[in-house]
Amino acid sequence: MKPNFEQYDDIPGTTIFTIEKAREGFHLNQFCMSLRSEENRTRFLADGPAYLAEWKMTDEQKQAVIDRDFQKMLDLGGNVYFLSKIFASEGLSYVEAVSTMTDMNVEEYQQMMINGGRSVEGWRSKKERGEA
Amino acid sequence: MAKIVAGIATSHVPAVGHAVDSGKTQDAYWKPMFDGYEFSKKWVKDNPADVAIIVYNDHASYFGMEIMPTFALGIADSYAICDEGYGPRPIPDVEGAPELATHLAASLIMDDFDMTVLNVLEVDHGLTVPMSLMFGTPDTWPTKVIPLPVNVVMNPQPSGERCLSLGKAIKRAVEQFDEDLTVQIWGTGGMSHQIQGARAGLINLPWDIQFMDDLINQPEVLQYKPHLEYMIEAGSEGVELIMWLIMRGALGDKVNEVYRFNHVPASNTSVGHLILTPKED
Repeated sequence: MKPNFEQYDDIPGTTIFTIEKAREGFHLNQFCMSLRSEENRTRFLADGPAYLAEWKMTDEQKQAVIDRDFQKMLDLGGNVYFLSKIFASEGLSYVEAVSTMTDMNVEEYQQMMINGGRSVEGWRSKKERGEA
Repeated sequence: MAKIVAGIATSHVPAVGHAVDSGKTQDAYWKPMFDGYEFSKKWVKDNPADVAIIVYNDHASYFGMEIMPTFALGIADSYAICDEGYGPRPIPDVEGAPELATHLAASLIMDDFDMTVLNVLEVDHGLTVPMSLMFGTPDTWPTKVIPLPVNVVMNPQPSGERCLSLGKAIKRAVEQFDEDLTVQIWGTGGMSHQIQGARAGLINLPWDIQFMDDLINQPEVLQYKPHLEYMIEAGSEGVELIMWLIMRGALGDKVNEVYRFNHVPASNTSVGHLILTPKED
């Protein structure tokens, strides 16, 4: 069966971690995996650029990590479960980190969740939203 | 012979594990969710199983990108707890069921399911949070476990048809095991949630409830729901729900609904939970 990754392009505000994106983000995601050990987390937090220099990531990927720009990391092949090791190393929760990818601050985001979450209405299609 | 006696479905939100580990289950935020599992904790105590086959996904905790198995099966004696970046959860290691697991792996491979065989595996919140929800905080877990990790992280994920069929093959294989064992099958993950991008925080409770109804009443129809629909309607991480189809396939054609619970939110997620038992003809 021929893959059809283009079908995901119309979902607004969403980056699907396809096998193609996984290849692009391989070294970025492997760097994230290294943060599963306390020793590596300590080294990374002490000197991020020096730690990142040990990895075969692109300069753009490294800068996105330094900036903690999670959306940029997704764009460059990162996956949120891998990227979670970065914010976990700093003791941040998923809510705290995930909210940074939205147009809300963490308090507004948390309140939205308590109120029942983001409605799918208006968020099904870029075309519907005039984004495509 | 061994027999599948129940199916349990539940979300596996990592923050739920943190709430258990840090003694916050009675806090105002968490109490309504944990209260919804009180029935289930009693039910599993009253209806114990020798082994639980737990279908879950690893969240870049044990599997990196070197190897990404679509379906895998743990046949080890025991499973240690992953460090997911916060340090390992302070919970007991998980005891395996190597004899049944080995039989299961061999049977499934011979049945054309190309399982990756795991002699070593560390388990993450996908497997341990459901155990905490069902068993609380015991010194040792009351049930042996066969972990069945499914790739739902990297697209393409296995199809719904494949998942339902795998469940049916698990039922056949369990029933061909000579020892008299009672076996539960757990499907974990979901329900609607999206934890990335500008659309993060998406919840679709009506869709979740319909999914539960269809899982119970018409899995043969539900299996054809395209992954694109899960992503649009239930969020990019909502596709985890295909793992519930594996559980459902292992229960046979008709099921009894013993218990159902929904709660929004836990962290970023719509929590859903079912206990089902096979309906004998």
